[in-house]
Amino acid sequence: MPWPETQAIRKDMPVSFRRKDLLGIADLTPEEIQLILDTAVSFKEILTREIKKVPTLRGKTVVTLFYEPSTRTRTSFEIAAKRLSADTVNLSISASSVVKGETLGDTADNLEAMRPDIIIIRHSASGAPHFLATRLKSSIVNAGDGLHEHPTQALLDLLTVREAKGRLDGLKIAIIGDIAHSRVARSDIQGFIKMGSQVTVCGPGPMLPPYLEALGTKVSRSLPEAVAGADVVMMLRLQLERQQQMYFSTLREYARFFGLSLAHLKLAREDALVMHPGPLNRGVEIAPEVADGPQSVILDQVTNGVAVRMAILYLLTGGEPSGTAH
Amino acid sequence: MGLLIKGGMVVDPSQALEDQRDVLIDTGRISALEPPGVIPPDGHQVIEASNLVISPGLIDMHVHFREPGEEYKETMASGGQAAAAGGFTAVATMPNTRPVNDNAALTSYILAKARQAGGPRVYPVAAISQGSQGEKLAEYGDLQAAGAVALSDDGRPVTNPQLMRRALEYARNFGMLIISHCEDLHLSGSGVMHEGLVSLQLGLIGIPAAAEEVMVFRDLTLARLTGGRLHIAHVSTAGSVALIRQAKASGLPVTAETAPHYFSLTDEAVRGFNTNAKMYPPLRQAEDVAAIREGLADGTIDCIATDHAPHSSLEKDVEFAVAAKGIIGLETSLGLTLKLVQEGVLSLKAAIERLSTAPARILEVPGGSLAPGAAADVTLIDPNLTWQVEVNKFKSKSRNSPFQGWELPGRAVMTIVGGEIIYTEGGR
Repeated sequence: MPWPETQAIRKDMPVSFRRKDLLGIADLTPEEIQLILDTAVSFKEILTREIKKVPTLRGKTVVTLFYEPSTRTRTSFEIAAKRLSADTVNLSISASSVVKGETLGDTADNLEAMRPDIIIIRHSASGAPHFLATRLKSSIVNAGDGLHEHPTQALLDLLTVREAKGRLDGLKIAIIGDIAHSRVARSDIQGFIKMGSQVTVCGPGPMLPPYLEALGTKVSRSLPEAVAGADVVMMLRLQLERQQQMYFSTLREYARFFGLSLAHLKLAREDALVMHPGPLNRGVEIAPEVADGPQSVILDQVTNGVAVRMAILYLLTGGEPSGTAH
Repeated sequence: MGLLIKGGMVVDPSQALEDQRDVLIDTGRISALEPPGVIPPDGHQVIEASNLVISPGLIDMHVHFREPGEEYKETMASGGQAAAAGGFTAVATMPNTRPVNDNAALTSYILAKARQAGGPRVYPVAAISQGSQGEKLAEYGDLQAAGAVALSDDGRPVTNPQLMRRALEYARNFGMLIISHCEDLHLSGSGVMHEGLVSLQLGLIGIPAAAEEVMVFRDLTLARLTGGRLHIAHVSTAGSVALIRQAKASGLPVTAETAPHYFSLTDEAVRGFNTNAKMYPPLRQAEDVAAIREGLADGTIDCIATDHAPHSSLEKDVEFAVAAKGIIGLETSLGLTLKLVQEGVLSLKAAIERLSTAPARILEVPGGSLAPGAAADVTLIDPNLTWQVEVNKFKSKSRNSPFQGWELPGRAVMTIVGGEIIYTEGGR
């Protein structure tokens, strides 16, 4: 019987989750984050069963609307939805067809006319999910918008750290790489700070935009300094095209000064976790022996991604244990 | 028979006058300006103006009326009506139409359209470079002969400093003003809003204040080198205000404008990805707004111009990054400026100077004065009429204003151009 878990979640809920959309970590209170993580923990158990499926979202329709290529995030959402028995439809729209084709507003209106319950959107424009959220009755889940936010990534990161460390409060988190262009960094910085962790960011100067301190993070210009004593070292993916835009000098130098080597990792706490949102540029921002080493929780992040996304879909549909919610 | 405006308070910065006066208009000119009751009403059409301010007609030296090319956003006629409703008796139209106003024929076309529309006076600003491509000088003499009053590559700023130097030098032959949109396009890059905390939080690429300031510095330096007449458009940063103040103190005859949104809003207005808060230069930070207000108050910034930039829902009801830049301003400019008066930033006389007398002086066009003999361009303002901005009531064809719902103190109730009433509020 699948119900006991989900009903247990309802009983233990410290607060209710009354949001139509999940647009960003910026909107969430620490209590809401806690609720999502707790909900995810109970869903995680389902993933270990032989039959990994519960009827929680039976009769619900979940659309993934991806304007940017993505394998893991979309797959993760799709698996999450399917394990909850939702009907899923995947729409991948290439940026080139958008130029010739209909506007985001028109696409959204057309989808809405088919009465989906949840639309999961990834888009290269910051604010695209917010644009849909104000326009549509469907719940909108932000699966990454421009440089702005990637809230489900931050939530799965929080879950992974909480699981390994037993807490988030008081932990030292180092986030290394292209902070300027990273929606993962923006969501993680806010998420970890909201949960009481201390965040230090580091990267090449051009990738550290002004006003970072105003977000409540420390800013370091040196990777050894940033990782010293850290409980978590989070490496960001380097987008290689940033070289042409003068954000860093050469790949070789980037790997040497801003890539995580075993020697760098030794500066962190002995039990420090190594994280990466993927996909990896092995040998650039992370040395292979670090990525594959005992401190790496990179694949746990992926597993937790499914659980967190199940929790989000569940909570946004009202958390009712039947298909008749709202 | 003339037009007698009775019982109002004349505020005319050109004569340092702020007192009860009756104004008589005859054959398109101010024919008398006298204390109350001195002018006999015999046979004149009388306009009762008690509790109203009688101002020289407001002049907006920076508007975009999309004709030719984008008439669905604004035409000379609709833009003229918006201007008149905002109290403006004259506007200077920027050249970035389609095609660009870089030749006498197009300048004549714009003026013909304006004449047909019969609204405010229209002063075309022509392009600095052919097609505003930033490569070859346009035909300044020809353009001036056709009616262009100034030169600008507004919206497609001059990147090449050599071109800016040559433009300032060549414009001297015709005594023409160069209006510079100061923006280093390399520094603004793919930025879509001001670079600050808000851009960081919203994940929108920022345009640093430096992108404006390095060009303000460049153009001030080139104006000094060439002796050309330079006017800095839409000043938005504290650094620009400081540079202009310093240049003026050193005797450089530079002038500058700002737009109401730069003294009314900060980059906080972008939150929620509000495309009606997207314009170039972008809305800046609180300290910039304070500096703009200070610059307006001490005269570093000579005048207020709207940069009225109409766009339709096609360009604005989209993702922030791809939305068109610019907002409309003609119908809120006076109210926002009077709000500064209410807040004690400017005196009423200074406000009218910035909106009327100063732009007339900078453009060297008629208006800005109610002295007998001056063109009868007059705006009647009700300073006690508080009203709520309702974009759907705008005369402009476009609705892209960030001031929807704002309460503003005071508005134009009558607009008179060359003795002809072109607008009355609520059909008074």
